[in-house]
Amino acid sequence: MRWAVPLAASLLVLTGCGGESGGGDGSADDYPSQSIEIMAPADPGGGYDQTARSIGRSLDEGGVIDTGTEVYNVPGASGTAGLTQFVGENTGNPHQLMVIGKILVGAIEQTDSEVELEDTTPIARLTAEYDAVVVPADSEYETLEELMDAFEADPGGVAWGGGSVGGVDQILVAQLAESVGIEPAEINYIPYSGGGELTPAILSGDVTAAASGLAEFQDEIDAGDMRLLAVSSEEVIEGVDAPTIMDAGYDVSIANWRGVVAPPEISDEQRDAVVSMIEDMHDTPEWQETLESNNWDDFLLTGEEFGEYIDAETEDITQTLTDLGIVD
Amino acid sequence: MDVLADLLGGFANALEPQYLLYAAIGVTIGTLVGVLPGIGPALALALLLPLTYGFDPTGALIIFAGIYYGSLYGGAITSILLNTPGEAGSVATAIEGYPMAKAGRAGPALATAVMGSFSAGIISTLGLTFLAPLVANLARNFQATDYFALMVLAFVSVTALVGTSVIRGMISLFAGLFVGLVGLDFLTGQQRFTFGSAQLLGGIDIIIVVIGLFAIGEALYGLARLQYAKEQAVEFAGRIWLNREERSRVWKPWIRGGLLGFFFGSMPTGGSEVPTFLSYNVEKRLSKHKGEFGKGAIEGVAGPEAANNASFSGVLVPLLTLGIPTSATAAIILSAFQIYNIQPGPQLFEDSPDLVWTLIASLFIGNIMLLAINLPLVKLWIRILAIPKTLLYTGILVFGILGVYSLSGSITDLLLVCAIGAAGFFMRIYDFPVAPAVLGAILGPMMETQLRRALSISQNDFSVFFTRPLTVGLLLVALAVLVLPAVLPRLLRRVKRTDPVG
Repeated sequence: MRWAVPLAASLLVLTGCGGESGGGDGSADDYPSQSIEIMAPADPGGGYDQTARSIGRSLDEGGVIDTGTEVYNVPGASGTAGLTQFVGENTGNPHQLMVIGKILVGAIEQTDSEVELEDTTPIARLTAEYDAVVVPADSEYETLEELMDAFEADPGGVAWGGGSVGGVDQILVAQLAESVGIEPAEINYIPYSGGGELTPAILSGDVTAAASGLAEFQDEIDAGDMRLLAVSSEEVIEGVDAPTIMDAGYDVSIANWRGVVAPPEISDEQRDAVVSMIEDMHDTPEWQETLESNNWDDFLLTGEEFGEYIDAETEDITQTLTDLGIVD
Repeated sequence: MDVLADLLGGFANALEPQYLLYAAIGVTIGTLVGVLPGIGPALALALLLPLTYGFDPTGALIIFAGIYYGSLYGGAITSILLNTPGEAGSVATAIEGYPMAKAGRAGPALATAVMGSFSAGIISTLGLTFLAPLVANLARNFQATDYFALMVLAFVSVTALVGTSVIRGMISLFAGLFVGLVGLDFLTGQQRFTFGSAQLLGGIDIIIVVIGLFAIGEALYGLARLQYAKEQAVEFAGRIWLNREERSRVWKPWIRGGLLGFFFGSMPTGGSEVPTFLSYNVEKRLSKHKGEFGKGAIEGVAGPEAANNASFSGVLVPLLTLGIPTSATAAIILSAFQIYNIQPGPQLFEDSPDLVWTLIASLFIGNIMLLAINLPLVKLWIRILAIPKTLLYTGILVFGILGVYSLSGSITDLLLVCAIGAAGFFMRIYDFPVAPAVLGAILGPMMETQLRRALSISQNDFSVFFTRPLTVGLLLVALAVLVLPAVLPRLLRRVKRTDPVG
């Protein structure tokens, strides 16, 4: 139903919901001159898709632009199929955007993708979600320290559950191991395809402990079926009754961030116009509501600084994946 | 009772006008597609999966359930009038249904099938309503070793599908297992059989396998056979309603078939083949009109068709509560769940109670709708059989290929579906059963995953499979299912010989 979004968008325009006149703050006055297309490099329903649709909705309904938006999905190859298509087909077109995230950085390394994030024009980092370290409610481990002591004493004896291989969760576990001097090869990490598979494995006692997105476990934590030991953010999360991993004494923090990039070879003026459009989008009440309702942390960083952040992330993640033997 | 309250909540949702409309659309399209010769429920769902994009998950699943039930009802029409069952589950229906139709009793045969499906659908959906929450509760304690044992049990059932030649069946099964290997190794991230293609990293989608084998392969086979075989639909005339004698003969088979279908469908071995043939044999043995069997005995239509329909709700038990698809159709429904980021399993009833109960309520509603649209409209559906075969098969080819493209937009997938279709064509010509290949592709990766997870957790200690009572129990059941059919007859004979009374 790809036509549903542009149809809804054009209806909005027709009914005059466009609000204030769009565009950026002066630079590239006529931008955007046509509808903005946003690619989610995954199937409908996941995090990339939600982010793309929320950006589109905030641009439209927040009155940032009046030319409409279209969101489309290109699933496959852990997101790199979408990246390849995005870079290949849209060179120099500032009306095209693509949602990326931390998971894509690892996927590019893992799939030997020929197209890399360097080939895109960084626009903005927008959101972050944090991992939670949990154990079943009847676990003997009451604190992260107790769990880590057992991990140190017998690395293989702690079966860690988490998301797909090479993803944020495995990177977190690897960095936790590294912080207490455990060799990556000794980690006993068991990947699951998502929260729906992982949660039963924790509750049945299959795995000793698990690391995955806090939102995946929230219901079970609230119901008392799981014990939350720590969260991976740098600062304590409001309303969450657990210390950060850093406060618990381990020098590890990790943010599962998402953001947007534009195609390669757009001019600096065009890039500034896109950045300012996304900044306007960020300030809309619609976007702020989206952050709130999805429990996404506001993680805004734009333009060249975002580019530097991607470079640092790429280096960091490649190192961890190499240590784990996932990439060579 | 909790369950009843949940079910009532489901009905409150499912009776909303939009969901009623979705159910009506689903059953109508399902019947329409099911009536087409050669199209069974699995293929109908695979072809129509893209249609459900853009609906909310509950709506999409309601349409899906409707299509499934509709295609079962439609399939009965084709089996009876044309003797071309679209799926293994309706083969037994055709055995008595076609002779009945040739003898001018097509009306009663269809009415029996439709009403039998209805009663069995209600019986088995009630079974699902009460059994599923219990199984879900039990499944919370299932660990990787138990899931592995369940998979072994499911694989043992494949032996029931291999058909006449064990070697052909095994070749087909292993071809399916190989297809399941393609992609990233989930545990280590290594690439397997991807030949450097990024498109193959995610593996070969089961929908591509199903459309390739069932749509492309079957359509090519059908076209190739056209010049040899001239199928003629039996003329439909006379009454539809059952007379008093027929009514008294069919109601028991309906109930027995419904119970058999649900019971065997809900086992990890799943599927509709075993219960339908079992039902046929039971009815043959119990009937007072044994002489009519083979020449159009109405019990032989009533029982298997009821069992066929009932097995669907049965198959939903392991699918919804354990996330294990035990048939090709169930695998497509699982794909549909995953498109919406919903993982069936023990958590489903807790995480998405609205969705589950609305779906179950819509099964009741769909059955009632089908009864309502099928009996009065049966003459209309029969008109579809008049579509020229050449048009029909080329149509299937076009829609199959379009369907694959609309799912992924990937040229690699198109090439794959054509290659698998060509393989399916030759499998049909040389009499290789297709079902083991499909089940191999579905269950192979799941079994590998659970096995390696279990070993990873135990740090490669195989004793975990022999120390956990539940795991051992399930493995023993699997062994029994494998060995007993061969050993039991001999044992019984010996007992008879030594027992002076027997």
